[in-house]
Amino acid sequence: MRPEHSADSPLSIHAMTVAYHRKPVLWDVDYDAKPNRLIAIVGPNGAGKSTMIKACLGLAPRASGQVEFWGESYRRARSRIGYVPQRESVDWDFPVSALDVVCMGRYRRIGWCRPVSRSHKEAGLECLERVGMRSLAGRQISQLSGGQQQRVFLARALAQEADLYFMDEPFAGVDAATERAIVDVLRELKSQGKTVIVVHHDLQTVPEYFDEVILLNMRVVASGSVNEVFTEENLHKTYGGRLTLLSEAAEAIARAAGGA
Amino acid sequence: MEFLSFFIPTIAANGHSHGGGSLTDVSDEWPTWSEIFETMALRAGHNTNTVILGTVMLGIAAGVVGVFALLRKRSLMTDALSHATLPGIALAFLVAAALGAEGRSLPVLLVGATLSGALGVVCIQAIIRFTRLREDAAIGIVLSVFFGAGIVGLSYIQANAASGAAGLNKFIYGQTAAMGRGDAILMACIAALAVVAALVLLKEFAIVCFNDAFAKVDGWPVSLIDLAMMSLVVVVTVAGLQAVGLILVVAMLIIPSVAARFWTDRLWLLVVLAALIGGASGYFGSVVSALLPRKPAGAVIVLTAGAIFAISLVFAPQRGALASLVRRVRLRIRFAGEHLLEFAYERGGAELSEADITSVARLRAWPFWMRPIVVRSILRRGQAVRSANALLLTDEGLERGARISRNHKLWEQYLTSYADIAPSHVDWSVDQVEHVLSDELIAELEAQLAARGIVVPAPTGERAAR
Repeated sequence: MRPEHSADSPLSIHAMTVAYHRKPVLWDVDYDAKPNRLIAIVGPNGAGKSTMIKACLGLAPRASGQVEFWGESYRRARSRIGYVPQRESVDWDFPVSALDVVCMGRYRRIGWCRPVSRSHKEAGLECLERVGMRSLAGRQISQLSGGQQQRVFLARALAQEADLYFMDEPFAGVDAATERAIVDVLRELKSQGKTVIVVHHDLQTVPEYFDEVILLNMRVVASGSVNEVFTEENLHKTYGGRLTLLSEAAEAIARAAGGA
Repeated sequence: MEFLSFFIPTIAANGHSHGGGSLTDVSDEWPTWSEIFETMALRAGHNTNTVILGTVMLGIAAGVVGVFALLRKRSLMTDALSHATLPGIALAFLVAAALGAEGRSLPVLLVGATLSGALGVVCIQAIIRFTRLREDAAIGIVLSVFFGAGIVGLSYIQANAASGAAGLNKFIYGQTAAMGRGDAILMACIAALAVVAALVLLKEFAIVCFNDAFAKVDGWPVSLIDLAMMSLVVVVTVAGLQAVGLILVVAMLIIPSVAARFWTDRLWLLVVLAALIGGASGYFGSVVSALLPRKPAGAVIVLTAGAIFAISLVFAPQRGALASLVRRVRLRIRFAGEHLLEFAYERGGAELSEADITSVARLRAWPFWMRPIVVRSILRRGQAVRSANALLLTDEGLERGARISRNHKLWEQYLTSYADIAPSHVDWSVDQVEHVLSDELIAELEAQLAARGIVVPAPTGERAAR
């Protein structure tokens, strides 16, 4: 049953199961991303959307399964992967400026123990420019609005100059200007032949912003091009039934493991 | 052999101050100005200078290392770490004695301290990882259990060891005055290590402290970098044990960086300031305790750092309590003035009588002191002039009132018609937000409301101009 993993596919997930505290949150995920697409991961709260990308990136422990990038392991493909974490995952009262944060995206190019050189700062400024934030480069990050902070994170990912991007809820709680800026960046990335996988919560904008969609609720309900997969029926399957049987099974496993 | 000199019992170390009076006589001889000056200028003799320099170096090291403990949110963990060193000290003493070696040898004791401190940290991590307990509970458990075990060990040694073991007590409260030349050099080396590590690895420490998940995805060995930061903390803690004691050493790690944070938003400057504050605390603390021998230096060092923290907390220009109080009061007074203008505009007249002001004050629940200040502030802004009745709004004041009034309506409309998405902004209370809406935001509100067919009329020119 294993799908053919090709070197073209920027991301191939095979039989991936993820568990927290022995409680499975993602079951047996199989997925192959087509290159050069904007892909949305959609599903109800607690469906494991963030967990899915965290497991791909090695941030959440995989109970089983494999993940490959262009047919290679994560370790080998790492330099081609960029990441935008959830905005709430960090303390924004950290003593750095917007530009300092963006330059973190250059660190792996700079290497160990060397300071951020002028050319890397220039590159960082350019990335801020692309999200419309150049004028705020010197601003301490706690003094930025939520949307501006999100754009700083996006600029940092741009500074990574990756070929495959994972973005965790970049549209959550942002203003209209930021939403436009993010969409522009997504389109620009696509035009450069890159692939972007975005955890998304707003169903209405899926067809407008994305080419492909993964409907997720503890397992992949459906995946493919938005035109074919983003249907009433599939959405009902994803959001409607709540999949009580699956979550009951997960509870039972957690109880059994805890009692053992 | 120099180490042995530290192990004279605590009473003996403090004994020379007991010569003049009874045990209940707690007053110190007040030093003369020349004594103070001599000590501060490092001219009070070799031994005093050694202690001062050693503590300054310890302060610098702890300040630098503490920045990263603070930013990594490990401040409390360092407290557990320092308490967890005690059983190691006791155990090292017993093991060395059982093997026939000199149990009170400082290197042996410090190795024991390091190992059990590290074990304490590992226990905390294990509790977090394998149970559902959170970090605070894990730290509480490890800190108290390890410290308790250490106390048990010490009392066992006290009761059973043939040779006096009272010297071990100094690790709890510290004994700065006993610092020798070798210790001062050791402190200097540790300070140099901390400074060099901060210089060379600033970028790596920063990315892990700010966003470890991103650092990991980016390919940085987060555990290794964490280990480096934690090792620095361990080294400084263990080095500080005999100087300030394990109860207070955590203060030298935490307070300088927290105090420095009030003064800067830049990481490298934070490190520099924390080093300076740590060094200064060490300097003043040891000078004071050299002048007043009864005062335990460790506590004085920590109190000095605490005083610097208190000053920073109150007086720092941006983040200080005073500055933010002034900002809040100013804003409140501006809002109150604008409420007056809004009131006048909505009633349709430029006159504001004393009674009008009273009614606004009552409606808005102004405290008694605010009224004259508010009136003065709108006079100063040129939004009103004094008149026979009370106040007469200028054109500028009326225009501002009109704008505030409209903003209020816009925002209310927005909140009610976009009840589904607005909750993310409802924490801006309607009464405040009308004063701070930017022009872009107003344009956006208008556009969004227009999309739903709602138009809030612009203020009429004639009315605004009376």
